[in-house]
Amino acid sequence: MAKYGKAAFVLLIIGVAVLLGLPQLELISQATLNIFTLGIIWSIATMSLNLVLGYTGQASLAHGAFLGIGAYTFGIMAQRVGMNFWLSLLIACLMTAILGFLVGLPSLRSKGPYFAIVTLCFNVIIFKVFENWTWLSGGYQGQKVPRPSFLTERWARYYFALVMLILVILVVRQIVKSLLGSSFIAIRSNENLAESVGIKSFSTKLLSLTVSCFIVGLAGSLLALQNGYLDYTITNYLYSFYLLIYLLIGGVASLAGPVVGTFGLYFLLWQLEKTMGEFSEFRWLMFGLLLIVVIIYFPMGIVGGAKRFWEWIKKKYYSRRGEVYG
Amino acid sequence: MSFFFNQVVIGIQLGSQYVLVALGLTLIFGILDISHFAHGHMYMIGAYLLYVVMVLAGINYWLALIIVMAGLAIAGVFVERLVYKPLRGQPHINGFIAAIGLILVLETFVRGIEPEALRISKPIEKTFHFAGITMEAQRLIVIVGAIVMIILLHLFIKRTRMGTAIEAMAQDREGAALVGISVNKMAALTFAIATALAAAAAGLMAPMAFIAPTMGSILILKAFVIVVIGGLGSMKGAIVGGYLLGIMEALAIAYISSAYKDVFAFGILILILAVRPTGLFGGREA
Repeated sequence: MAKYGKAAFVLLIIGVAVLLGLPQLELISQATLNIFTLGIIWSIATMSLNLVLGYTGQASLAHGAFLGIGAYTFGIMAQRVGMNFWLSLLIACLMTAILGFLVGLPSLRSKGPYFAIVTLCFNVIIFKVFENWTWLSGGYQGQKVPRPSFLTERWARYYFALVMLILVILVVRQIVKSLLGSSFIAIRSNENLAESVGIKSFSTKLLSLTVSCFIVGLAGSLLALQNGYLDYTITNYLYSFYLLIYLLIGGVASLAGPVVGTFGLYFLLWQLEKTMGEFSEFRWLMFGLLLIVVIIYFPMGIVGGAKRFWEWIKKKYYSRRGEVYG
Repeated sequence: MSFFFNQVVIGIQLGSQYVLVALGLTLIFGILDISHFAHGHMYMIGAYLLYVVMVLAGINYWLALIIVMAGLAIAGVFVERLVYKPLRGQPHINGFIAAIGLILVLETFVRGIEPEALRISKPIEKTFHFAGITMEAQRLIVIVGAIVMIILLHLFIKRTRMGTAIEAMAQDREGAALVGISVNKMAALTFAIATALAAAAAGLMAPMAFIAPTMGSILILKAFVIVVIGGLGSMKGAIVGGYLLGIMEALAIAYISSAYKDVFAFGILILILAVRPTGLFGGREA
């Protein structure tokens, strides 16, 4: 496993290098650059879900709400309070992490599908509150989000998001490789067994959720920054579903999976919207069918499927040369 | 006081459809361990099929109701065979993703054919007055219809061989397989019954509400809340929880705020699960 992890990491670095060069070479249009930036930001959000679902095994369906809370904290701090950009960003992440901690306290007592439903309910509550409490959210009109002077250009925001994505990948990698990461994985595999070897499962799960919320708060702030405005729909529970889909199609519990899944699906949907013209509503029908087919035939996602394919090729290669593989 | 009782009656009527949808959901979960998130959209398909059979084909309401239930039972078997059977034995979350895929397919399909909301006329346009309570005929049909369905389901499970087999599987899947109960047959049967119940709920409610492609999405969330409060796999829990949620919701709309009504329903769930992590009636451990 470690071998493939390394290979995936190298591939990821190459991918990032290509992404770094794109705007400089002026290979892509301004609209495409915008889509790429959004893809990067959603990848960060998917990375955060990967930490709590992929590694710790807790299916949080509240990440849409946490994304919105991060975005709104950032927006309110920067616009209404008039705080400095970096400070607002930090407060947004901290606020989301604190809320994640508070939500985790009651909800992490329940397990499996119960936890998924509780978090989904929390997301619906947050959505309804933001929809109806217009003083907080600005209602249908939403509110403006100011951009600092160094992030007014599209390519600057692109690079900023990219740097943040790399940072998040490195941080998640460090966590996963550490002893803490092993405890996460132990809880995912068998919670009772993990408890019996001395892992405090509740506080470990709580820590995983809190860190995950810190990261998704960052993604929310970046999203608000990129769009330049905010309305209550950013807390929609559909985003929780989307993140789940990106993660599972990309491949759970891998570093490359969330990025591959998010970019692939985000780009695919955008391309479908462009090419299908007046039938573009039907892209969701194709998307739905694709989801069912992929989850049935590639339950480990794109990255998991690629790993299996690679393994299969290797086996063929070695057996032809008459050597024993392994 | 009569206002209060009127609200309770509305609550029972709301609860009736919740119970029918939640019963199907809890059956599917208890027997097959599937979070059938597209169940609300099967309900939506049921309402549209009723429109097709009643308005476009001109068949009377009662016959149409039976046709829709039979049609949706077959559709339920197809869903199980095509989507969930290949996923059997895989992690829970994969079935959930497949269900979201199914939701997207069904909703886009229906919206593509008919984007406008539709109405079905009521079979009996009458209103009864009794001791200060105003009762529309359709409201009575929903309440009585739901009770009939619950009794029929109970009789089926307790008094027939097939029903007993279903109960056996819910209690102990390996034991049931050991004594020769076919998992495939029971899976198909469970989906047929559950989807027919959802179709019944849709058919009973359709004359009182607009038919729209998104009508199932918030309903399925509430049905899940009920199933979780009652304990996953517990039929008694689904019935009690369904009526309770309906009545509480009707009272919350009347006395507190209609904009925040869903907040109460979902907030109560979080509170209950914080105290009892496997539901009020102690459903199976996840």
